[in-house]
Amino acid sequence: MDRPIRVLVAKPGLDGHDRGAKVIARALRDAGMEVIYTGLRQTPEQIVQAAIQEDVDVVAMSILSGAHNHLFPKVVNLLREEGVDDVLVIGGGVIPDDDIPKLKEAGIEEIFTPGTSTHDVVEYIKKNIKR
Amino acid sequence: MDLGERLLNGDRRACARLISMLENNDLDAVNIIKRLYKHSGNAYVIGVTGAPGSGKSTLTDKLAKEFRKRGKKIGILAIDPTSPFTGGAILGDRIRMNDLTLDKNVFIRSMGTRGSLGGMSRATWGAVKVLDIFGMDYIFIETVGVGQSEVDIVKIADTVLMVMVPNLGDDIQAIKAGIMEIADVFAINKSDLEGADRTKLEIEMNLDLSEKKDYRPPVVKVSASKNQDIDKLVDKLIEHRTYLEETGKIVERRKKNIKLEIMKLAEEEFLKLVMNKAHEENMFDKLVNDVILKELDPYTAKDMIMNFIKG
Repeated sequence: MDRPIRVLVAKPGLDGHDRGAKVIARALRDAGMEVIYTGLRQTPEQIVQAAIQEDVDVVAMSILSGAHNHLFPKVVNLLREEGVDDVLVIGGGVIPDDDIPKLKEAGIEEIFTPGTSTHDVVEYIKKNIKR
Repeated sequence: MDLGERLLNGDRRACARLISMLENNDLDAVNIIKRLYKHSGNAYVIGVTGAPGSGKSTLTDKLAKEFRKRGKKIGILAIDPTSPFTGGAILGDRIRMNDLTLDKNVFIRSMGTRGSLGGMSRATWGAVKVLDIFGMDYIFIETVGVGQSEVDIVKIADTVLMVMVPNLGDDIQAIKAGIMEIADVFAINKSDLEGADRTKLEIEMNLDLSEKKDYRPPVVKVSASKNQDIDKLVDKLIEHRTYLEETGKIVERRKKNIKLEIMKLAEEEFLKLVMNKAHEENMFDKLVNDVILKELDPYTAKDMIMNFIKG
């Protein structure tokens, strides 16, 4: 069906820098997606409820504070508890290479680190949405 | 359980999915609404409109909280513009409403306009029905930031709240036709800024010039970000509702809007029918070319399509 892909762009945790998230939001918009931007300092619970109400295809989170090992998996687990199994969860930000395998194992399907081109993110989303 | 039954049972995911399906013109969703339509009619619809940056989202957030205090269930449809070039959109109204996200008696949905020009999206009408059947008492529709003539909100809302801010223009703006005429209640937001009293005065003077009616739109000074006088504004919104209900004007208003809605639906379907037919025969492209070459004019091209349809 010809419909726009809907993406929730969220900043979990306490860091106050959303430049990167905004750049990604803008790139997804320019790729024809509907981007629901929820802003800074979101709890995993808020992210999951917003994702449900907005019926998004993708949850894209950005963290620069180092709390990714805790917050990213929490979002995945809460989504599962709510019975949501058709949403692609991806993450970005300052994330050490060593942490990436664990995050993927926890259900974050792709991690984008600094230097990733926005084009790659757009293509990844288009190829991997689940419905 | 199908989506319709899940909606009646208060399943938030079903509510969200049905709205998406309506946005995507999915006939299955339309059929579910047809079946459940008799369950609608409880919700009261308040349109929140005003210029970009006037504080509609922040005010909607505060209004929703005040209505929650009064025990009401709230649906919010927040509309933002879709890019005419890519079809993409940044839907950012939720940023102002994050506190409401976890309240189980509030459902917020962001919508792109997807090509509609009147300040709302085509699917807004359907989304209101979904939230109504879902059991919401009040549904707020926050339009895109409007200029002077995006007045579609009046075709769906029971009460239109116009959000003004101080110092946006001189008093000539207040007497122009269009957006200022559709307000049932005026809020002057950011009224802690200088000029709020003058803006209020200008609106009041303009209202003085209107034909005398038994209802005069009130003008309420508020500050959404400072949470000032929100309760007063809610009282005025409810007074307008009471007025409509006691005079029976609510029935008149809804009747008029239902008529418009049916006409709009028929119009869309009819246009689709005509254009499909014209495209089928490659007639349309040929006509466009002929108009470009000045061998035809657009009016004659239209006549030819109509004659072709009539057979």
